[in-house]
Amino acid sequence: MMNKSPAPEDAADATPDAAADTAPDAPADTPTRGPADSTSDTTRHAGSTSGTTRRTAESGTTRHGAGSPDHAAVHADGLTVVRGGGTVLDGIGFTVPPGVITGLLGPSGCGKSTLIRALVGAQAGVTGTLVVLGHPAGHPALRPRVGYVTQAPSVYADLTVRQNLDYFATVLNPRATAAERRTGIERALADVDLTAYADRLAGRLSGGQRSRVSLAVALLGTPDLLVLDEPTVGLDPVLRRDLWDLFHRLASERGTTLLVSSHVMDEAERCHRLLLMRDGRLLADDTPDALRARTGADTVEDAFLRLVDRSGTDADRSTREYTR
Amino acid sequence: MISPTRTLATARRVLLQLRHDPRTIALMLVVPLALLTLLYWAFHATPGVFDHVGPALLAVFPMTVMFLVTSIATLRERTSGTLERLLAMPLAKADLLLGYALAFGLLAVVQAAAATALAVGLLGLHLTGSAWLLLLFAVLDALLGTALGLFVSAFAASEFQAVQFMPAFVFPQLLLCGLFVPRDRMQAVLSYVSDVLPMSYAVDAMTRVSDTAGFSGDLARDLAVVAGCALAVLALGAATLRRRTR
Repeated sequence: MMNKSPAPEDAADATPDAAADTAPDAPADTPTRGPADSTSDTTRHAGSTSGTTRRTAESGTTRHGAGSPDHAAVHADGLTVVRGGGTVLDGIGFTVPPGVITGLLGPSGCGKSTLIRALVGAQAGVTGTLVVLGHPAGHPALRPRVGYVTQAPSVYADLTVRQNLDYFATVLNPRATAAERRTGIERALADVDLTAYADRLAGRLSGGQRSRVSLAVALLGTPDLLVLDEPTVGLDPVLRRDLWDLFHRLASERGTTLLVSSHVMDEAERCHRLLLMRDGRLLADDTPDALRARTGADTVEDAFLRLVDRSGTDADRSTREYTR
Repeated sequence: MISPTRTLATARRVLLQLRHDPRTIALMLVVPLALLTLLYWAFHATPGVFDHVGPALLAVFPMTVMFLVTSIATLRERTSGTLERLLAMPLAKADLLLGYALAFGLLAVVQAAAATALAVGLLGLHLTGSAWLLLLFAVLDALLGTALGLFVSAFAASEFQAVQFMPAFVFPQLLLCGLFVPRDRMQAVLSYVSDVLPMSYAVDAMTRVSDTAGFSGDLARDLAVVAGCALAVLALGAATLRRRTR
């Protein structure tokens, strides 16, 4: 269990002045493609070489650079997860800078949820380096600091929204007074726009509302890192936009680091940085702008396809692909 | 690591969940009473039988009901993702287990009090010992049922399986606890098996309380066995709560 988690040595001296080059900023929705980034020409299979993290980080030094691993909210190197005899994550390396939104994108089954579960310390069979907020992933000190929203809403269907929040708030901070707890609950309810539904049973809410209750639970303790597994699945476009607005507010106003997974590529445009995944490997770790620029694509989806095509021509890649 | 506030909050949460499900509460409380009455009726023509079977059932009901309720509740906690969420939070496993034990223990007090009152008060169950001891053992049996339910839920992948664990885990104990055949008159092998099953001691204790006054050494042994088993199984249950899973 715990002994499989990575050693904390390389992040023990993480300093808090991390946000120097990664100031929270508006979403990267204006396509200002910098030609400087197009120099990074080849797709790198993260973790396959020791210099991967450094090199991918270089390509995204413009506005939301990944920075050095020491200042990162999350730093992974050679991250591998073996489950049921199969390799779900294959030597992944990346860096998530603090205070911004990083999108974790890739098709269903590519290992996004496994990566997220490894990050919050819920995944067994993890090897390699995975440092979260200066601690090895799953370290007890992280539990109050990391908010985690699972893909399926994990709340009690037979409690009201408020009762759910009240219970989880007590678990997160048993020392808070009733008044402090109430303030936190009201804020979380307002964040996800469910104040009007506070006294409904969670089981009676729609799927979208229930997943927002689940999100509200994760917002309770004002976490430093918020990890969201496909939070916008099944939501109507208006709600999706509202949620993304909330994510941006969390990053800019509360300095929260967000890692948001999605299999919908158009959500990539709303992220400051992107981790593109496919088949247990990392295709790219970059800003949306830099990614489009260096692939010559108009959209992130197109960039993803080009990266897949390129990686497919790699000798080792194709061998691996066809011998499956 | 254990936080009383978190433990109490968990117990309160479990009870709140049950409050939103009044039919389950009603079933938990009414069914034992109805079965006791039915039994009284069935053996009305054969005097003495109810005095023998009644106390045993006061041990069997809380254990069986709490086993079932806990195994399903824990399974739901696992499948709904709330367990994973809780274990990713600063909650000690003991907080969760004790919270469940506290909530269901409380419910067991109510259930046992009602069943004891009915059996002794209305159905005229002959009770030589103290009704408080009867209640104490009923609660301990309920806690043992809760602990067993927590433990086996780890091996159930669905509600169907969890329900099937009831006949698998509880029925053999029921058959060998002395309710149907006195334990000393069983075949040697069965008698040995009966000696290692906790329900045997739970039923022995109830029979002793109804037959004899005071707190004997045998009763103390029964108490130690039932309470010890509950704690041991609870510890086993804690081992099945993994923060990291496949």
